Amino acid sequence: MRVIRNILGLLLLIQASVASAVLEIEIVGAGEKQIPVAVVPMGGDAELSRTIHEVVTGDLMRSGLFRMVDLAGKFLSEPSQVSYADWQVRGADALAIGNVTALPNGHIEARFRLFDVVKQAELVAQAVSAGDGQARAVGHRIADMIYEKLTGTPGVFSSRIVYVNRKGENYRLIVADSDGYNEQVVLAQNEPIMSPSWSPDGSHLAYVSFETGHAAVFVQSLYTNQRKLLADFRGSNSAPAWSPDGRQLAVVLTRDGSSQIYLIRPDGGGLRRITFSGAIDTEPHFSPDGQHLLFTSDRGGSAQVYRMPVDGGAAERMTFGDGNNYSPRYSPDGKGFVFAHRNNGKFYIALQDFQTGQMELLTEGGWEKKPSFAPNGKLVLFASEARGRGILATVSSDGRVRQHMFTQSGDAREPVWGPNP
Amino acid sequence: MKKLVISLVLVNLLAACASNKPAESTAAPADGATAASTKAAPAAMTGADPLNDPASILAKRSVYYPFDVDAVQDADKPVVQAHGQYLAANPDRKVRLEGNCDERGSNEYNLGLGQRRADGVKKMLMLSGAKSSQLDSISYGEEKPSASGHDEASWAQNRRTDIKYAK
Repeated sequence: MRVIRNILGLLLLIQASVASAVLEIEIVGAGEKQIPVAVVPMGGDAELSRTIHEVVTGDLMRSGLFRMVDLAGKFLSEPSQVSYADWQVRGADALAIGNVTALPNGHIEARFRLFDVVKQAELVAQAVSAGDGQARAVGHRIADMIYEKLTGTPGVFSSRIVYVNRKGENYRLIVADSDGYNEQVVLAQNEPIMSPSWSPDGSHLAYVSFETGHAAVFVQSLYTNQRKLLADFRGSNSAPAWSPDGRQLAVVLTRDGSSQIYLIRPDGGGLRRITFSGAIDTEPHFSPDGQHLLFTSDRGGSAQVYRMPVDGGAAERMTFGDGNNYSPRYSPDGKGFVFAHRNNGKFYIALQDFQTGQMELLTEGGWEKKPSFAPNGKLVLFASEARGRGILATVSSDGRVRQHMFTQSGDAREPVWGPNP
Repeated sequence: MKKLVISLVLVNLLAACASNKPAESTAAPADGATAASTKAAPAAMTGADPLNDPASILAKRSVYYPFDVDAVQDADKPVVQAHGQYLAANPDRKVRLEGNCDERGSNEYNLGLGQRRADGVKKMLMLSGAKSSQLDSISYGEEKPSASGHDEASWAQNRRTDIKYAK
């Protein structure tokens, strides 16, 4: 335990040093119908305004659903200054304006308005406040409001992602904003880290660490950094997945032979085995209603996706056809699942609908693994490769818009999109 | 020294014989182990540890696999059996079996596959006379590749179980 405390001390130091790491982002493709929107930089504090504008326009463009209308030097920050005719001429369907100020205690206060230029009506008038240094968070919240008002679907820009950065023999577990900025190092060590998993409320991560000499499952609070060794049986302990109510996790243990799925409470009690195949059963993921698990198994001779009731019972094979399938995850509406499909030497991100049973490839193939849905189901985050490095990538769930996020150095692996705050 | 060499040759011959039998016949390697361990024991007692002899089959500490396979291959069985016989003759020695995989597959699937590889070697060591208490098996999956290329030459190196003796 003392060793763990010492490690934590180190971690906090590291966290401060990389918080400013910057990513390079590439966008490929566009949505079928892009909404033209004019986002005017806010009045008030110039530096805060610049950061917020960069975040809002970056978020909206990356979604592939919006096109930024050229402001042609026009500036306004008050509703009384809005001339709908001006913006109709420029081709904007919507107009965003506002003001931002830094309070004496450092807190940020922004007032934000969104107008429907076509219907000539105010859609949103909202005050957004945040702590010192949280300008990016203000930008993400404004982008979420614009996204929801104009598309009818909640945004995901304020959510966070987790991934593992591997550089030589250094492994870091990193939590970042949905756009990859604002990195926080949760764990840094010289042994592998795998399979991070968000608790449903986003307060904890479960993950696999090899620091005890073999794969063991840890649970760590993102608020206090306190860690608990959840499963450390002989052999390998891995693939943690939280139930939607947060009352139990599915884990994979080899203590009774081959990799099998067990349920365990977050306090480490109530361990119960639920698969009995003698094959490799791994990568469990709970359905949104908590009643079923999808998982990977080679019980039929090759790795495929299966589904079974959480209470036990017969497993049903979900994927057929050529190739192997791995890493299934339910869509947030429970109607389908994403997974990694391997065929003819390539890995693809694939989507399958439960009703039709049809597999659809979302990507063109390469080294693409470990997909997970954004909380609104509109984007899929996955691990990819470009320029000889492991990178993070997203694809819209219709396959139209892709983006690549390059971390500063090392390989990005094992990403998972977290819940909305 | 001559005695040591002879006993090693015997071990090799016995192991080779055993490996020619069908894989299902577990009795044969076990018999081989009994015969060989009586030969191997004096060698250990003379102080010249065959483990340190680069010419010994015991110098081989890794076994390799085809893609997505966890069974010890015929070509590597004599190596595993020789280590099992050595462990039987040297009950204070301990080994850690580390299963590894190439990068094709998910990290978690490969962790499971690497564990099966290590456990398969562990079972074969026990059939050759090693005790469970001498053996620990773990998996690194695809997390610690020894070759970093993305081609069959590298992958073949990474599909591996390492037999690591405790110091």
